[in-house]
Amino acid sequence: MKILVGIKRVVDYNVRVRVLPDGSGVDIDGVKMSINPFDEIALEEALRIKEAGKAAEVIVISCGTDECQQQLRTALAMGADRAIQVKTGSALQPLSTAQALLRVIEREQPGLVILGKQAIDDDNSQTGQMLAALWNRPQATFASKLVFEGEKLTVTREVDAGLETIEVDLPAVVTVDLRLNEPRFVKLPDIMKAKRKPLDVIPLEELGASLASNLDITRYAAPPLRQKGIRVENAAQLVQELKNRGLL
Amino acid sequence: MSKILIVAEHDGHTLNLSTAKCVSCAKAIGGDIDIAVLGQGHDAVGAQAAALAGVSRVLMISAAHLAHPLAANWAPEVLQLAANYTHVIGPSTTMGKDLMPRVAALVGVNQFSDVMEVLSPLSFRRPIYAGNAIIDVKAAEGQKIVMTVRTASWPATGSGGNAVVEQRTAQGTAAGHSRYLALNSAGSERPDLQGASKVVSGGRALGSAEGFALIYRLADKLGAGVGASRAAVDAGYVPSDMQVGQTGKIIAPDLYLAFGISGAIQHITGIKDSRTIVAVNKDAEAPIFEIADIGLVGDLFTVIPEIEALLG
Ligand SMILES: Cc1cc2nc3c(=O)[nH]c(=O)nc-3n(C[C@H](O)[C@H](O)[C@H](O)COP(=O)(O)OP(=O)(O)OC[C@H]3O[C@@H](n4cnc5c(N)ncnc54)[C@H](O)[C@@H]3O)c2cc1C
Repeated sequence: MKILVGIKRVVDYNVRVRVLPDGSGVDIDGVKMSINPFDEIALEEALRIKEAGKAAEVIVISCGTDECQQQLRTALAMGADRAIQVKTGSALQPLSTAQALLRVIEREQPGLVILGKQAIDDDNSQTGQMLAALWNRPQATFASKLVFEGEKLTVTREVDAGLETIEVDLPAVVTVDLRLNEPRFVKLPDIMKAKRKPLDVIPLEELGASLASNLDITRYAAPPLRQKGIRVENAAQLVQELKNRGLL
Repeated sequence: MSKILIVAEHDGHTLNLSTAKCVSCAKAIGGDIDIAVLGQGHDAVGAQAAALAGVSRVLMISAAHLAHPLAANWAPEVLQLAANYTHVIGPSTTMGKDLMPRVAALVGVNQFSDVMEVLSPLSFRRPIYAGNAIIDVKAAEGQKIVMTVRTASWPATGSGGNAVVEQRTAQGTAAGHSRYLALNSAGSERPDLQGASKVVSGGRALGSAEGFALIYRLADKLGAGVGASRAAVDAGYVPSDMQVGQTGKIIAPDLYLAFGISGAIQHITGIKDSRTIVAVNKDAEAPIFEIADIGLVGDLFTVIPEIEALLG
């Protein structure tokens, strides 16, 4: 079985992103870029499945400009066998990403596709579900545990009411939550080895994904600021303040 | 005029509060509002939906394969209904986040996720980058709108409505490749985190599951719901459904009390719409104080018992 893992290049989660003064976008000039943290967890899970002898190959894929090759190389250093860049001129919206992934799936025939449950830049949380719809296959979103039984996969999902378990037939799309695993660190020799692993570039046009239904971002704004608060010295003052405000 | 369909969230018996919040968002769009209630043997839920003010019709669809909200089974059913509507809306709870993008892809459109404000029937406001930026997003004229509603941004519509309840037959059958097995719910007696007017939250500082008992005790005294930071969940002090933040629950209670939480951006994004935020942290420089309305620098292990004593 092949496992396909989606990788998105995003602003590192430690960076506090600021909106440009003219409202035309966010200032990401020179900031640190990383693999979307959820995608790292997705890749870690794929590697563990392979190491457990349940998969033969782990392929990482990213849709983006040439810069995303950096993140694909990191993914190769983590242990992926090969990488695919779907080369685009600008960032894709989720439906187009799902369409592009579907075309690659048709070529590669993976038994499992693992993605992050959301990207921490646009916070959309759409691509995995859309891919499953277009592919007409099961989706298991927000996964915190995967158990294989032959051609079936039992998935524990983190839902608002607790932990839900579902069973899906393979092939399927899984999107992962934070508690599925802790990704490994990349070791220096692996970075050298990763340079020799294959990274194929496919132009988006060749895949025929449509950009037709794109939504148009008309304005970026900074979030409203909260009014500056007060400090109290002790528990008694805190309780008094809450009473004064009618909160107790 | 817009024709709006809301997909109801429920557990088979009770309509989730998120649906009443979707109705508020639908009213801001303006137009005719219907609610689709998919499930099995869930008539009680239909009656609750029909009582929401401002709703025209409740469409009840009952079938064995719809008993649980499996997106693979629900999405084709919602797609069938969507043909008659300009807008299809679900809550941005885990149920809506799972289902609605699958619907959107079947419709052939990108989704508006986490809508916090309606600018026009085609244009909406939503947060990105964990709430560090707010964007206005617009769809092309004539495009069907599929969206999830950021529940913390909207009040729940009240009752007093009297919608017509229509029974519909399911158009599809089970996808066959996906099966619901079980829901493991801690099932607490405390107020639901997403609906509670007061929430007491604890972080890594609580140190252990036993330490967290301090938070539960105070919460019970206040009649509050209980939340936690990711660090507290990851460390196993509390179950995952208590996580508040970018990747947990987004909440907006009247009063949020954070004990031993540093205030990472991923946590703040889940609480910053709270009316009043109280932070107790022993580090005067902790970022949580930047957004707290009332801050107290101190050790939570002494402050919490003091508060309890003062509450009597
Ligand atoms: C992709 C991603 C998504 C994330 N999503 C979320 C999310 O949804 N929700 C979330 O919460 N986090 C999330 N995080 C994690 C977040 O970045 C922080 O790591 C986390 O919120 C820290 O939790 P904490 O404040 O409990 O712990 P810490 O940051 O360790 O803070 C503990 C605090 O307790 C204080 N303290 C210690 N002892 C005492 C005492 N005795 N009395 C009083 N104060 C004391 C310390 O001064 C410190 O400020 C996410 C991270 C990533 C990368």
